[in-house]
Amino acid sequence: MTVHTVISPDKRPGLAAEGVVRSDAAATNSAASRKLYKSRVPIYPKEAEGQYRSFKWAMMAFTLSIYYVVPWLRWDRGAGAPNQAVLVDLAHERFYFFFIEIWPQEVYYITGLLILSAVALFLANALFGRLWCGFSCPQTVWTDLFIWVETKIEGDRNARIRLAAAPWNANKIARRFSKHAVWLTIAGATGGAWVFYYNDAPTLLHQLMNGTASLGIYSAVAGLTFTTYTLGGFMREQVCTYMCPWPRIQAAMTDTEALSVTYRRDRGEPRGSHKKGQGWEGRGSCVDCNQCVAVCPMGIDIRDGAQLECINCGLCIDACDDVMAKIGQPRRLIAYDTEANILRRQSGEAARYRFVRPRTILYAGVLAAVSAIMLVTLTFRHTLDLDVVRDRNPDFVRLADGAIRNGYTLKLMNRTNRPQTLWLGVTGIKAKHIKVIGDGEITEPVAMRVDADRVRTVRVLITVAESELHSSHELTFVLSDQARGESRAVKAIFVPGAAQ
Amino acid sequence: MSKKEIDDVSGTQTTGHEWDGIKELDTPMPRWWLGLFWATIVWAIGYWIVYPAWPGISSYTHGLLDHSQRDRVTADVASLKAARADREKALGRASLSDIQTNPDLLQFAMAAGKTAFGDNCAGCHGAGGQGAPGYPNLNDDVWLWGGKLGDIEHTITVGVRSTSPQTRQSEMPGFGRDGILKPAQIDDLVEYVVHVSDRSADAGAVRRATPLFADNCAACHGPAGRGNRTMGAPNLTDNEWEYGSTRDAIKDQIWNGHGGVMPTWGGRLSPEEIKALAVYVHSLGGGE
Repeated sequence: MTVHTVISPDKRPGLAAEGVVRSDAAATNSAASRKLYKSRVPIYPKEAEGQYRSFKWAMMAFTLSIYYVVPWLRWDRGAGAPNQAVLVDLAHERFYFFFIEIWPQEVYYITGLLILSAVALFLANALFGRLWCGFSCPQTVWTDLFIWVETKIEGDRNARIRLAAAPWNANKIARRFSKHAVWLTIAGATGGAWVFYYNDAPTLLHQLMNGTASLGIYSAVAGLTFTTYTLGGFMREQVCTYMCPWPRIQAAMTDTEALSVTYRRDRGEPRGSHKKGQGWEGRGSCVDCNQCVAVCPMGIDIRDGAQLECINCGLCIDACDDVMAKIGQPRRLIAYDTEANILRRQSGEAARYRFVRPRTILYAGVLAAVSAIMLVTLTFRHTLDLDVVRDRNPDFVRLADGAIRNGYTLKLMNRTNRPQTLWLGVTGIKAKHIKVIGDGEITEPVAMRVDADRVRTVRVLITVAESELHSSHELTFVLSDQARGESRAVKAIFVPGAAQ
Repeated sequence: MSKKEIDDVSGTQTTGHEWDGIKELDTPMPRWWLGLFWATIVWAIGYWIVYPAWPGISSYTHGLLDHSQRDRVTADVASLKAARADREKALGRASLSDIQTNPDLLQFAMAAGKTAFGDNCAGCHGAGGQGAPGYPNLNDDVWLWGGKLGDIEHTITVGVRSTSPQTRQSEMPGFGRDGILKPAQIDDLVEYVVHVSDRSADAGAVRRATPLFADNCAACHGPAGRGNRTMGAPNLTDNEWEYGSTRDAIKDQIWNGHGGVMPTWGGRLSPEEIKALAVYVHSLGGGE
């Protein structure tokens, strides 16, 4: 394996300023060195230290805890229903989320959730840039975790570069072996946790341990172990740069007032080495030490400006702040700032932050509206429901005495965890008779028993005498739960025969 | 080609082919591609050994696993049958009226009946049982041989004009075709049939046809033309016409005496299936 180091006259390693070591890091993914197709040049990010690094550690701990803990939370739903708080029960076609239970017919709740997530992403992006990419995306979290393992086993940036270039001796074999072993363990634990969202976690853990889980489960674990291992260990920044659509969408949606990790070129340029005792007049604060490049997990140079590869993780801010402290310059030469502010400063205006803009108002409005709709529909969600499908084959039936009969298939849904007696009635039509298959002719609402969490299919036949036929009829099926005062009315039509 | 030629720009060997000064490079396949290529070949050889692969004269190589899709389907069908066995037995034991009042059994019978109907009956009676000219509509309340559960079950079991010895049997003569009546008499009878179904008809013809109807038709269709279920003779006074209600259609039927055939399903379908079919057909709406 070779190490690609670009050494040019002005980028020679050495001291960038008094007490500041210039890194020999080259921005492997900078626009100048990018080609349409090329093999990946490995990136060896240096470990950063500072506010953003601490925040990133905290977010890693937080998101991983959610991922691993959630399937183990219990939620009592009564007998006969699973007691797992969050469960995608594919076998029984139910989705449980704490107090919410969603049936396949209600997949619009999932759509609503996806819309909410997308709009929240847009809003966060318009306000604070790519917070999602930098701190909470699983690709970021797991890559960060894998890099941390790598650093602990192989050492920091320089040690890793040396190890990569070193021949395969016992030391290298031992370190590489332990690194991959730990990676695979983490990957296995990742894939292993995923399946708990689809099955009762304690039962499945037991089955996984004694080898009695289904082949599908083991395949899922193996597949996710493989993808975690490759995405976190090998593909890393390439996932963001080449596979993820969000950087492109984000590039089209952002504006100059959105915060993002920005090199304040108004302050940093012209950059160059700084010697002890030299003044700061006529030059920028950037001493060209390349520390921002060395820590970047994406392999870019933030000083090139906003780039789609930049995940806004802020590690370059930490690295640069360190350097600024050493050379006695103010912090935040690289900072969460806006492009508009740089232009304002360059033209002598004061910087200002415009969080209230048409797009943020729009996103916040959509977010509030969709949340409200979701909340209302979930709160007033019917625990009983009725679907009516009129027979189409045949459309209608002419009886011997000239009367016309229509058939309807009704689905009575009981979404509670107890068997219910629901009352089914028909209103709005002057029928000769109404017949429920299994219950005979009915003249008033009839009691229907529907099992807990089940759908009961019932066929209803409605006959209208020849003398009562009009060009069109409407009728209403009413399903009500008299004990709880809930009811559902569904309109249907009655076809009075073929056009004469 | 004796000596290898290397392209200056790419550093790749050429094939030696040249067209108008453009030389074809012999760029090697990417490693990963070659690797996959060889892997698929190795996989294929393994597949031949494990799975059925090569055809012979009268048979084929069965492979180590002795895999057969047909056996799998047979096993799946058998396990499905086994899973249904309990309810099928219950269906066999229950009387037709019991099935009607047991929601669980009714649902099972309806599902089984619907499938059996689609497989065996829909060809003539239509997917929804709506019938067609010459094939009775099973949705309405007109039944040639009776619309009670038991009647329907019996009709399905023995068929109509079928090969079964117990078949439902009746024969409408071809009055014109066989020369039993004269054409003018048949025209009069057509007016008579139109008259009994409550439509306006030629009064003279009706008068002339009255004794003809009593002599030739009333034996089966009844003196008032209301039909007779024991003979499968249709009611001529209602709104339902198996072969059409126009004068031409009625004349055609008296002249030729059409009668359809329904096969006997007794030996072909299990008693449980026939029961389920009876319940399903009864539920279509016309059941009595």
